Amino acid sequence: MNQNVENVLDHFNLFRGPEYKEMFEKKREFENACDSDEIEKIREWTKTTEYREKNFAREALAVNPAKACQPLGAVFAALGFEGALPFVHGSQGCVAYYRSHLSRHFKEPTSCVSSSMTEDAAVFGGLNNMIDGLANAYSLYKPKMIHVSTTCMAEVIGDDLNAFIQNAKEKGSVPQDFDVPFAHTPAFVGSHVTGYDNAMKGIVSHFWGGRERTANGRINFIGGFDGFSVGNLREVKRMFDLMGVAHTILADNSDVFDTPADGRFRMYDGGTKLEDVKAALDAGATVSMQEFCTEKTLAYCAGRGQEAAAFNHPIGVAATDRFLMEISRLTGRPIPPALETERGRLVDAIADSSQHIHGKKFAIFGDPDLTLGLAGFLLELGAEPVHVLSTNGGKEWEAKVRALLDGSPFGKGCRAYAGKDLWHMRSLLFTEPVDFLIGSTYGKFLERDTGTPLVRIGFPIFDRHHHHRYPVWGYQGAMNALVWILDKIFDEMDRKSMVTGKTDYSFDIIR
Amino acid sequence: MSLTAEEMKAKNRETIDEVLKVYPEKTAKKRAKHLSVYEDGKPDCAVKSNVKSIPGVMTIRGCAYAGSKGVVWGPIKDMVHLSHGPVGCGQYSWAARRNYYVGTTGVDTFVTMQFTSDFQEKDIVFGGDKKLARIVDEIQELFPLNKGVSIQSECPIGLIGDDIEAVAKAKGKEHGKTIVPVRCEGFRGVSQSLGHHIANDSIRDWVFDKAATQKQAFKSTPYDVAIIGDYNIGGDAWSSRILLEEMGLRVIAQWSGDGTLAELEATPKAKLNALHCYRSMNYISRYMEEKYGIPWVEYNFFGPTKIAASLREIAGRFDDKIKEGAERVIAKYQPMADEVVAKFRPRLAGKTVMLYVGGLRPRHVIGAYEDLGMEVVGTGYEFGHNDDYQRTTHDVRDGTLIYDDVTAYELEKFVEKLRPDLVGSGIKEKYVFQKMGVPFRQMHSWDYSGPYHGYDGFAVFARDMDMAINAPVWSLAKAPWK
Repeated sequence: MNQNVENVLDHFNLFRGPEYKEMFEKKREFENACDSDEIEKIREWTKTTEYREKNFAREALAVNPAKACQPLGAVFAALGFEGALPFVHGSQGCVAYYRSHLSRHFKEPTSCVSSSMTEDAAVFGGLNNMIDGLANAYSLYKPKMIHVSTTCMAEVIGDDLNAFIQNAKEKGSVPQDFDVPFAHTPAFVGSHVTGYDNAMKGIVSHFWGGRERTANGRINFIGGFDGFSVGNLREVKRMFDLMGVAHTILADNSDVFDTPADGRFRMYDGGTKLEDVKAALDAGATVSMQEFCTEKTLAYCAGRGQEAAAFNHPIGVAATDRFLMEISRLTGRPIPPALETERGRLVDAIADSSQHIHGKKFAIFGDPDLTLGLAGFLLELGAEPVHVLSTNGGKEWEAKVRALLDGSPFGKGCRAYAGKDLWHMRSLLFTEPVDFLIGSTYGKFLERDTGTPLVRIGFPIFDRHHHHRYPVWGYQGAMNALVWILDKIFDEMDRKSMVTGKTDYSFDIIR
Repeated sequence: MSLTAEEMKAKNRETIDEVLKVYPEKTAKKRAKHLSVYEDGKPDCAVKSNVKSIPGVMTIRGCAYAGSKGVVWGPIKDMVHLSHGPVGCGQYSWAARRNYYVGTTGVDTFVTMQFTSDFQEKDIVFGGDKKLARIVDEIQELFPLNKGVSIQSECPIGLIGDDIEAVAKAKGKEHGKTIVPVRCEGFRGVSQSLGHHIANDSIRDWVFDKAATQKQAFKSTPYDVAIIGDYNIGGDAWSSRILLEEMGLRVIAQWSGDGTLAELEATPKAKLNALHCYRSMNYISRYMEEKYGIPWVEYNFFGPTKIAASLREIAGRFDDKIKEGAERVIAKYQPMADEVVAKFRPRLAGKTVMLYVGGLRPRHVIGAYEDLGMEVVGTGYEFGHNDDYQRTTHDVRDGTLIYDDVTAYELEKFVEKLRPDLVGSGIKEKYVFQKMGVPFRQMHSWDYSGPYHGYDGFAVFARDMDMAINAPVWSLAKAPWK
């Protein structure tokens, strides 16, 4: 008997009982299973340099890539506008996936509709789906704006969003003056960061197009695709307020991904007001926190006469210094003493903990900007970002990482891997081991296989809760990142020194 | 408090009318056919089903790829399942369904990995067949212990005219492995459901009757059964298998949770196919009945009442030894089930539940709730067909609200009106209702718990429902000064 009502066993412990163990053993008879020597042999082989070479010689197959597709980024961006409903034109399963994916990370509802195209639309095009879809979404969910992006199905058959939306408006699906910005977001080009960029560019050009610009002293701020957007955007607003910087956050999804549980479901909450988006044309500058998420958007902003500034997900003292100094330069507002104090506290914290992190080797994976930001922070801490990998990073990203590594003695022997996936990373961790791994939840498979402890900073994080509520930007944000890294380091020290009578002489209570 | 069945019906009908008012006329007309109130004695639930979702309404449904890769094929542990096309589909479905298995991942088993051809623009323009051929080679080189490959088509494959069948044939011959092309492009059909069917058919066409990969000849016994349509979410198939084995049957295959290619191949030798998820695997069961004369029986392993009935039903297809075995198993576990009921029923009796799930669950879990004294007041299928709604009549009470392919808007309004004590649905719905202060359990993934099948699973189910409904957090939602 396995269950006891006073101590109900779920999957963690139930199947470890003798009855189930015996059952698993008996089941192998039907599995045509490989014998355990063979499994062990291959397992060991996958750890070798020979395997690594074969693995890196892969040309066609991707295994555990750390990137998603464009429309996810478009949906993420669109959700940052007041009353905005993302509408993805194409197959409906995609939308089910984006909604699940974002909800699993943020632990929040994700509202998004599909035009539900099927075989007939594949043959005749999805115009009718657009016409009906916009009409239904408009009457049912009463959005202030509908943002249209595309799945790869609509892209392959060549549906023309501009024409379709015009057509739908003429058919009365939504009022003529209703805002329906759009972006083509083919999944077979780039990744979710590209989709973010395309959506942002589509939205600002929708609201700015055909209007003259009268420059003022405000700045626009774009966060980029960011799993920490709830914490990060709030932190940026706080810093801007401290500086007295008049600003507009474009695509501020910090509230819609963090609504209260008070008895009411808010389908829309917060977000950049549409009149603020319009007025944002007049800003003196647009600042992007993630260059690779906003290449086209920033080019468009620059083309409209704004100054454009881009960062790479800045984390740490020097990166935050540069960010704040640039904001100060762009706006003429000085960096206030309050932020200097926060800076001092961060430096103090780093000094307190430096000896535990200095010289530790790290592997990092994630989006292009995030990996640059993390690598910069680790170098600042005296740690070595030995493997820096970005599946959706390209040559330009690789060169940037190289330059960053070359700029620090701690970057010696470290390398950037553009376009590689987490199966490549597995080989790297076996053949050139490091002390810690930083990345998304997907890194836990690497932690299991290679024994490299995982610090969860990235997207998605499905298996730890609420980290997205904390910033990693600003001095206070860097403090969070520092603490998460340190917690893992200290936990490892304890884990490795808690064997009674063997290693516990180092099981210190003071560190 | 509690309404008579007639009052309940009137109230539910009113609720449906109110919800439909918001839609444009054309849409309201269509949606009206999917919403209904169950009337005792009717042959089905009086809803239209398995038709296209309406654009723009926020359907909760997925696609054929999700039905094939995500449901049917994905859990087969010793094969590599390639998400063929752009990166997203494989990424979003990567290890998301908790199909538990035993194996050395990346070496002899591959379920929680994301293999994709990561299509680029050039693959769309010039076609992906050469890339696919190369991918199969790379899989053989880097994962030599794989038993085969399934090619799970994403939308573009069917649109650009790739011939994945030709690649599969050629490469299967070259490597001496089972390579299965699956035409489960997401735009096919109206939901996950067609993906199940296509996946079933691909097993029929590309696994059955092909040269078996078994090392040893299969030795039949009179008690060989296969578990069909259990995806081992949180270990469901295991807590089911153990009961069948304890009653004296020999489980020769699991479809598809913790399953292997060899088990698929051996299934035509079963004496009985025991079918849990009818929706996703009735096709292959019917085929095996026609082709090999294997009878199949539907069963329900949620809650002690249904489990006991199912064990007897299955045993009824065998001799006295098995029938006695079933009684022995029931006698062994019933005391534990009684204790579970004794502990949790007082905490849950009279509580109402609304369900919106897929597959078999909108009807199959009702018995388990009833074992705990709970009442299901609304239910519906994401991708059910009329035969599901017919079967549902055996489980629902007079006056139950029925919603097919419900929209997010409708479900929210229905829950607002009916105010159930618990909603059981998916991740996309979970947080909506928790914000509203309604306790919720994900009934696709068991909310990361499980197993829920079998007697061992019932204990977990009961614990979880109690945990959801009686969590202190629900009393905190309103600030005391308000």
